[in-house]
Formats: sequence, structure tokens, C-alpha cells
Amino acid sequence: MLMQFHIDGGDFVNAGKASSSIKRVLKQLNVAPELVKRVVIALYETEVNVVAHAEEGVIEALLEVEQITITVRDKGPGIEDIQKAMEPGYSTASSKVREMGFGAGMGLPNMKKNSDDLHIESEPGQGTTVKIINRLKG
Amino acid sequence: MGLPIKNIAEILGAKVLTPCLHASREVIHAFSSDLMSDVLTGNYVNTVLLTGLSNLQVIRTAEMSDIREVIITRGKDVSREMIDLAIESEIVLLSSQYSLFRVSGILYEHGIKPVY
Repeated sequence: MLMQFHIDGGDFVNAGKASSSIKRVLKQLNVAPELVKRVVIALYETEVNVVAHAEEGVIEALLEVEQITITVRDKGPGIEDIQKAMEPGYSTASSKVREMGFGAGMGLPNMKKNSDDLHIESEPGQGTTVKIINRLKG
Repeated sequence: MGLPIKNIAEILGAKVLTPCLHASREVIHAFSSDLMSDVLTGNYVNTVLLTGLSNLQVIRTAEMSDIREVIITRGKDVSREMIDLAIESEIVLLSSQYSLFRVSGILYEHGIKPVY
């Protein structure tokens, strides 16, 4: 099963809508609640990052028997130094993003914590692709 | 033992913004934060979120974190969209005139436990 969503940069009203839809589907499919939470937390953090930094983005959620793969591609400024961005506390967020309760440099570490595999590729000035993989156990 | 959310509303003199919704659901723990990024790092069971922040992403954060009760403190304006999203996500939303510190203190006195 493949689901696709579009994200508009700067649109804080709709940030999280895709995560919400995917959460609903995973619950309907009786995926274990702990796994649903990991998937949607990692995705929601990513969605907020796209809204906070990029012009636009596309989410693809692929549900397979053995794993859930979420790919988020955005058109935006990219990440200059991914290793640095992964450091807790490192942030380039605007004051608007901070006012919403984000931008404390906790997002990327939390994405890593909530995924079995996290791949981030970025081309500064072009955009970023994030791949979040979580395996279904048993 | 937990405390039903409708009792919590009474104790705090708080307004229930999502009437009829799961009023007898019990709360055992509370977490107070204005930093949604911090909320997103935790695991919650029967936990109410207390926050001085009032925007749509507070409700989204609660939804993603499996938090089913949210109390907005200091009588901050709560938008129609926030209430609608809370109802849609089956989150009980309360508004209290008291400060975040005072709400936290009262709930602590009534036996609500911290998350950490």
C-alpha cells in the first residue's frame, strides 16, 4: 500500500495532517501501537521540518508486510552539515518556528530515536530527502 | 488510581472546550511543557499535557504522542480550529485561568504523578 501527501512550506495550519492520516491507517491495519507511535513521531518531526524550512515537499508512505518506509523529499535550502544537524541542541529555526514550540534542536535526534533506519541525503540549495524505515516484528 | 478528567476540570475551575467527549476518562500522569519538541520525545499512558502554549501544533503534538487530554493554562485564547482538531482526534481540551505552575501544583496535590 502506497500513500502520498503534499506539504506546503510555511503552512503551520496543516503541518501534521499527513502524519495524522497515516496514523489513522496504521491503526486500522492493527499495527502495534508502539510501532505506530514511532512511525508517526518520526514523520511528524520531519513534516514540521519541511514546513519550517522548505518551499514544499512530498511524503510517500509505503506499507509492506515486513516494514514501513516513509520517504520525504523537499525542495528547499538543504542541510549544509548533516552530522552537525544531528547534534542535540543544534538549530537553525526561525523565531516563528520557536514560537510554535519547536526549533530546539531536538527534531533530528528524535527522528533517529524513532526509526530503525534513518537516511538523510541533502543537496544544499536544492533540497533534502529523508527516509525513515521501521520494521514490523513477528 | 487515576482521576477522571471531569473531576480535574472541577478542581481547576477549568472550562471543558470539547463537551461530551470522554469526560470520565482517567488521568494518572501529567507533563508540563511549552516545548512541543520535548513533548515529542516522551512515552505517555493516561497522561494529561499542561501547557501555556496555544496553537494547532499543540493538539497535533498530543495526537502523535498518544496524549488524550490537554489543559491550556492562563486562559490563553483557544482557536475554533484547535477545538475542532481536538474533537476529531478525540482529545479532551480544557482551558484554565490558572498559571502552568499552579495547575501543576494542584494536580500534584491531588495525586497526579509526574512522567519523569
